[in-house]
Amino acid sequence: MKKKKDSIGARIKKAIVKDWQLFILIMIPISFVIVFHYIPIYGVQIAFKSFKPSLGIMRSPWIGFDNFKNFFNSWQFSRIIVNTLRLSFYGMLISPLPVILALQINYITNAKYRKAVQMITYAPYFISNVVLVGIINLLLNVRTGPLNNLIYMITGQQTDILGSATAFPHLFTWSGVWKSLGFNAIIYISTLAGVDVELHEAAICDGANLLKRIWHIDIPHVLPTYVLLLILSMRNILQTNFEKVFLMQNSLNIRTSEVISTYVYKVGLVANIPNYGLGTAIGLFNSLVGLILLIIVNRIADKVAGYGFF
Amino acid sequence: MISKHNTGISDKTVYFINYVLITIFTLIVLYPVIFVLSASFSDGNAVMHGKVWLYPVGFTTRGYEAIFKYSAIMTGYANSLYYMIVGTVLSVFMSALGAYPLSRKDFSGKKFFMILLLITMFFSGGLIPSYLLIKSLGLINTRWVMILPGLVSAYNIFVFRTYINNTIPLELFEASRMDGINDFQYLFRIVIPLSKPIMAVLALWHAVGSWNSYFTAMIYLRDRNLFPLQLFLREVLLQNVDIDVSMMDIEEVNERRQLQQLLRYSMIVAGSLPLMIAYPFIQKYFVKGVMVGSLKG
Repeated sequence: MKKKKDSIGARIKKAIVKDWQLFILIMIPISFVIVFHYIPIYGVQIAFKSFKPSLGIMRSPWIGFDNFKNFFNSWQFSRIIVNTLRLSFYGMLISPLPVILALQINYITNAKYRKAVQMITYAPYFISNVVLVGIINLLLNVRTGPLNNLIYMITGQQTDILGSATAFPHLFTWSGVWKSLGFNAIIYISTLAGVDVELHEAAICDGANLLKRIWHIDIPHVLPTYVLLLILSMRNILQTNFEKVFLMQNSLNIRTSEVISTYVYKVGLVANIPNYGLGTAIGLFNSLVGLILLIIVNRIADKVAGYGFF
Repeated sequence: MISKHNTGISDKTVYFINYVLITIFTLIVLYPVIFVLSASFSDGNAVMHGKVWLYPVGFTTRGYEAIFKYSAIMTGYANSLYYMIVGTVLSVFMSALGAYPLSRKDFSGKKFFMILLLITMFFSGGLIPSYLLIKSLGLINTRWVMILPGLVSAYNIFVFRTYINNTIPLELFEASRMDGINDFQYLFRIVIPLSKPIMAVLALWHAVGSWNSYFTAMIYLRDRNLFPLQLFLREVLLQNVDIDVSMMDIEEVNERRQLQQLLRYSMIVAGSLPLMIAYPFIQKYFVKGVMVGSLKG
C-alpha cells in the first residue's frame, strides 16, 4: 500500500518538475475555482446539518435528511415544483420559434432589408433584465401603459395583467421571446447558410415550390441542431431565470411565480430567521435532479444524434 | 406529380406572406423601444395620463436633465463601468492562463485539471454555501465581491482552448522551443497576440453579463456608494422609491411625481445606451461567439 502511494507521489513530483511553468500558469485560475466553486461544494454538507452560524460548518450537528423532509412536506413544495416545470415546458413549447424566424430571415430576398431585420431582432438581447421588466411594467401599467390601453379598447375591460397569476407564465415566456428570439435564431441562420444550393436547384427542376423545398430540404437540415439543443435544454428543466422571475414577482402573482430558485433565496437568505440548512438542501436537490437529467439526456443525445456531451 | 406541386401556393405568395409576417414581428420588437424613447422626451403630465403611445407629446428633455441631478445614477454608472472593465480584463486574462496549458497535449496535468474544471460546469454548491463562503472571506460589501467570484469560467477556458488548438499551428510551438522560448514567453508573446479574436468574444460575453447583472450586487452589497447601475435602475423602475416629498407644497409634489415618472423612461434609455451604441460594432463578434460555442457543444 505504502509503496504504491510513494510511486504516485513520485510521479506527480516528476510531472511538476517537467511542466513546472505550465503548472504555475494553470494554478492561478484553478485556485479561484477551488475557492469559489469547491469550497461551496464542501459547504453543501450543511444540507444534512442543523446549521448554527456560531458553530460553523464543521461543528454544527448532523440531522440526516430532516431538511429534505421539511422541504418535501411543506405546502409550498408541489406548488413551486409545478411552477418551475410550467415555465420550463412553456419554454420548450416555443422552442421552434427561432427556427421559424431563421427560415423567414433566410428567405428575405432584399439583402439590406434582411440585414435590418437581423439587426433589430438581435438588439433586445442586450437589454438587462431590470430594464426588460421595467419596460413590461410601463407598457402594461393599468393607467398609462399603451398595451393595457389597447387591451382595454379591444375587450372593454380594465385588467391588471401585472398582478394576474394566470397571466404570469405567458408574460414571462413571451417577454423572453421578445428579448432573445432574434439571438437564438443566429445559430439556425448560419446552419441554413450551409444548405447545398444544388439541392434547391434540383428540387426546382423537379417542380417543387418554395414551401415544399423548405419542408423537404431546409427543415431536415436544421433538425439535428434543433433536436440537440432541445435535448440539452432538458438538463436545465429545474433552472429558471432567477433574475427575471424575481423581478416580475409581486404579491398578486406569487401563486404561479414562486419557483425553486426564488424560494431558496427567500428561505435561505432573506427570511427573518434564514434557514441556511433548508436553503442548501433545496439547492442540492435542484443540482442533483439537474445532474441526473444531464446524464439521461446525454445518453439520449448520444443515441439520437450520435453527439454526446462527454 | 409535377402538376400537383404547381397547384400549391405559389412562391410569390409565400414570399409576400413572409415579408408581411417578418415586418410585423420586427415592428413588435421595435415598438417598446420607440415607446420608451418617445415617453422619455415627453411632458411628464402627458405620460402620466397615458397620452403618449408612439411619438413624443410636449417635447422636453427634462427627464434627461433630472438624471444628472440624481447623483446616485452617476455613482451607479461609474461603479458599473469599474466592475465591467476590471472584471473583463482579469477574466479574459484568467481564461488565457487556463487555456494555454490545457491546449498542450503533452501537459501532464491536463486530464486532471480538465475534469476539475468540467465538474464545476455541472455541479455547484448553490446559493447558500456560496453566500457563507463570501461572508467568511469578508468580501461582503466590498468591490471585490463584484469581480472575484465570477472571474474564472470553465466554459470560457474550454472555448479558448479549442480556439488555440484549432488556429495556432503546432509547428509554431516546436519552432519556438528550438529558439529556446519557455512557456511563459510563448504564452505572452505568441498565444495571446494570436488569440485576439477569441479574446474579443470572451471579453464581450463578460462585459455584457457584468453590465446587465444585478443579483450579486443585490445579495452582497449594502453600501449605496458601491451599487452598480442596475440596482439603482431597479429602485427607480420597479420599487417605486419615492423622492422625499414631505417638505413640499402640493404643486411641488405634483411636479416631483411627474419628474419621477419621466425619470423612469430616461433612465431606461440612459442605462441601455452604452450597450446599444456598442451593439452594431460588437454584434459580429457575438455571432462568432455563438458559433465557437456551438462547435464545442
